[in-house]
Amino acid sequence: MSHPDAQAAAERAARASYGRLISLLAAPTRDLASAEDALSGAFEEALRRWPEVGVPTNPEGWLLTVARNRQRDVWRSAATRRSVPLEDHGAAVDPFADLDALTIGDRRLELLFVCAHPAIDESVRAPLMLQTVLGFDAAQIGRAFAVPAATMAQRLVRAKRRIRDAGIPFAVPDRRLMPERLPAVLEAVYGCAALSWRGGRDTLAGEARYLAVTLATLLGDEPEAWSLAALTTLTLARRADGGFVPLDEQDATGWDEDLIAEGESYLRRARSAARPGRFQLEAAIQAVHCERRRTGATSWASLRTLYAALLATAPTLGAQVASAVVTGRIDGPDAGLAALPTAVDDFQPYWAARADLLARAGRDATEAYRRAADLAADPAVAGFLRRRGEARTGTGTPSRHGTEHT
Amino acid sequence: MRYTLLLHYPEESAETIGADAIAQGMEAFASYAATLQAARVLVAAEVLQPSVSSTTVRVRDGVLRVQDGPFADTKDQLGGTIVIDVPDLDAAIEWARQAPPVQWGAVEIRPGATHTVEGVWVANG
Repeated sequence: MSHPDAQAAAERAARASYGRLISLLAAPTRDLASAEDALSGAFEEALRRWPEVGVPTNPEGWLLTVARNRQRDVWRSAATRRSVPLEDHGAAVDPFADLDALTIGDRRLELLFVCAHPAIDESVRAPLMLQTVLGFDAAQIGRAFAVPAATMAQRLVRAKRRIRDAGIPFAVPDRRLMPERLPAVLEAVYGCAALSWRGGRDTLAGEARYLAVTLATLLGDEPEAWSLAALTTLTLARRADGGFVPLDEQDATGWDEDLIAEGESYLRRARSAARPGRFQLEAAIQAVHCERRRTGATSWASLRTLYAALLATAPTLGAQVASAVVTGRIDGPDAGLAALPTAVDDFQPYWAARADLLARAGRDATEAYRRAADLAADPAVAGFLRRRGEARTGTGTPSRHGTEHT
Repeated sequence: MRYTLLLHYPEESAETIGADAIAQGMEAFASYAATLQAARVLVAAEVLQPSVSSTTVRVRDGVLRVQDGPFADTKDQLGGTIVIDVPDLDAAIEWARQAPPVQWGAVEIRPGATHTVEGVWVANG
């Protein structure tokens, strides 16, 4: 294991225990803010004591015990309405020394359902997950969502207060409520992934994959959760450093073989579903693209079938645009242009797809490239589209162009 | 945990929607109260008279101002309140979705802060 990998693994382990400990500390009172305070206090105490007395046999158990004592102190002082000096926790003696960390428990699944509860504003669900389950701070989350740190911090504080005051339970919905509640959880995890689709392993795309795999593992037998795990894993497998390269111009041999195999195994777990859901179809589409690493070619016919099913299940604008691109590859660019949705205004993928199809048809794509570039949130994508548009204006001849199909 | 279900809905009468619809609404309310009582979550319930009979008071600059009419003049009015005592918001949502006014208005779920027991304020929770 190389050094950055070892570091990433260590960070991952810290993340896992952060979310587990927060979920356990917050569940009884539904008070996430006090759980976070208590845990950060415990981390501080660990930094102070462990160098002196050594790292306890069970660091997680130690942190949980110290954090619980801190919570108890806060409650006691609030109850007696006077401030009580913090006791010595006797933390040098590890009461959980013989305890297996795995038996401490895990309420992260409940926590995920709390974060995506229907009583929580949709826009703050993904940020809440990143903070409470993975331990990101408001500044990091704000950057990812292009929101000032103070604004994001305020939104998170408000949401946590609401969870406590409204009495949102730390509970996994029963069988009857699951179909109502699960989509919001999947949607929020998908939101974490979508905002950094182009990022590499060490960015939020990697964290979204971690969340998706955790969710699927904890739920055990939920096809759409495994599908989302597959989707985020397969997408991550194609990520490369450097500038933007459209999907069908990417060098498939550079894709991560292990992640592809892992994503495919998740997708197989999802296939027990009688009727494939939205994420299963999206993951299957990604799997077809990843197939190119083995076969050297993209199966447009398979993509056509999958997009037809996706449009019947979840007819989003993005799916309509991507489906038109596939039509363009099979039936020619004019058919693709005819299949594009209408009334799209400022939808960037539409303009990117339109520019590409116009160029392939040998028609003037200058304006479409310009709009696609202006609407691109990512500077690398904008630069790429601008170069393509200018290259065409210069030569006036159609050339091969690619576009992203996600 | 105590929650108050605030029942907001347009104020209709037998003249506007017909006597049958009013009778059906009253039946729905009766069976809802019986269901809450059987589940042992009902603390109190009250359906209010129309907002035209309401009086709103404020004190401004030390002077009592009494105003004829409701606090807010909107299409939907506060038509009643139901206080329930249940474990959490999910349980409150389950009861709210069975409240008859969800069909023709909206039900607002507000967690209680404090309430009186024998005339003494106690915290909710």
